Amino acid sequence: MESPLILNPETNSDRSIESRRKKKKLSNPRRSQNQNQMRWNSPAEQQNYSSKLIEALRQVRRNRNPSASLEAPTAAPSSSSNSPSRAESVPRGGRAVREAADRALAIAAKGRTRWSRAILKSRLKLKFKKRRIQRVAAVAGDNPSKRRAVSVIGLNLKEKKRSTGAQVQRKIRVLGRLVPGCRKLSLPNLLEETTDYVAALKMQIRAMTALTNLLSVSSAGASPIDRVGSTQPPTQS
Amino acid sequence: MSSRRSRSRQSGVSRITDDQINDLVSKLQQLLPELRERHSDKVSAAKVLQETCNYIRNLHREVDDLSERLSELLATTDTSSAQAAIIRSLLM
Repeated sequence: MESPLILNPETNSDRSIESRRKKKKLSNPRRSQNQNQMRWNSPAEQQNYSSKLIEALRQVRRNRNPSASLEAPTAAPSSSSNSPSRAESVPRGGRAVREAADRALAIAAKGRTRWSRAILKSRLKLKFKKRRIQRVAAVAGDNPSKRRAVSVIGLNLKEKKRSTGAQVQRKIRVLGRLVPGCRKLSLPNLLEETTDYVAALKMQIRAMTALTNLLSVSSAGASPIDRVGSTQPPTQS
Repeated sequence: MSSRRSRSRQSGVSRITDDQINDLVSKLQQLLPELRERHSDKVSAAKVLQETCNYIRNLHREVDDLSERLSELLATTDTSSAQAAIIRSLLM
């Protein structure tokens, strides 16, 4: 089911990996950037992400109700409450879905970007250290290394201190906090990560919107087969 | 003399040029929906960075909303028909 969909992105990624290995990242930012843009905008990538997302959501659902069988429709109303035994590993409903979606997005990025690696690393830490769940509010959450980040960013921007005022430096720091794993990054790398992250986020929203529409249509009881490909609102007969 | 030293340090330690940064900032600007039409000389780097931060926050909020909706739908939807619909849509 998934193999024909994955074939297309694989050939693109091979070419991009080769071009990256031959040339240094800084000397050819344009080529890798264009490929990134095209990658996140291609429908094949979105389908690839959608299938990963569905699998992750299925797992979230399985974690939520370990006793209820997946096939019984009558178990649906009672599954809205989270089972208390799993409370520490599965946070509240929407949060679990958000984390699963982020993880699927990071996997779809194939680990080539810093933010994707940071997302996957933070998930691993969550599994082994249960106390961090309360502290990790968001993926780009607060870190005790904030002071270190300030001085390192200052060092990287030393040569640009004339052109970048204090305001811009502050904004750069805020941006570094928003993009996961990019706090101590130099400015050009941070900008590159940001462009890729924004494109990936847009694709994530597209895929999740399509999935939400699909699920809401099918749960409304209307026949989803005809509605799936069209963008028109479903008409109930 | 000090300017020469700083220049050599710049070329030796990091090959980051102003042009590269401007290029990246303009690329970032292309992604932002509000600033796409304006020319880069009218939009300062600070504005682009600010808009980017706002935009990323908005995207995060949208993803959170979608996650909430998805989690509600997951809890209430009938599994077999939903799975069939999703599989069909992915194949087409």
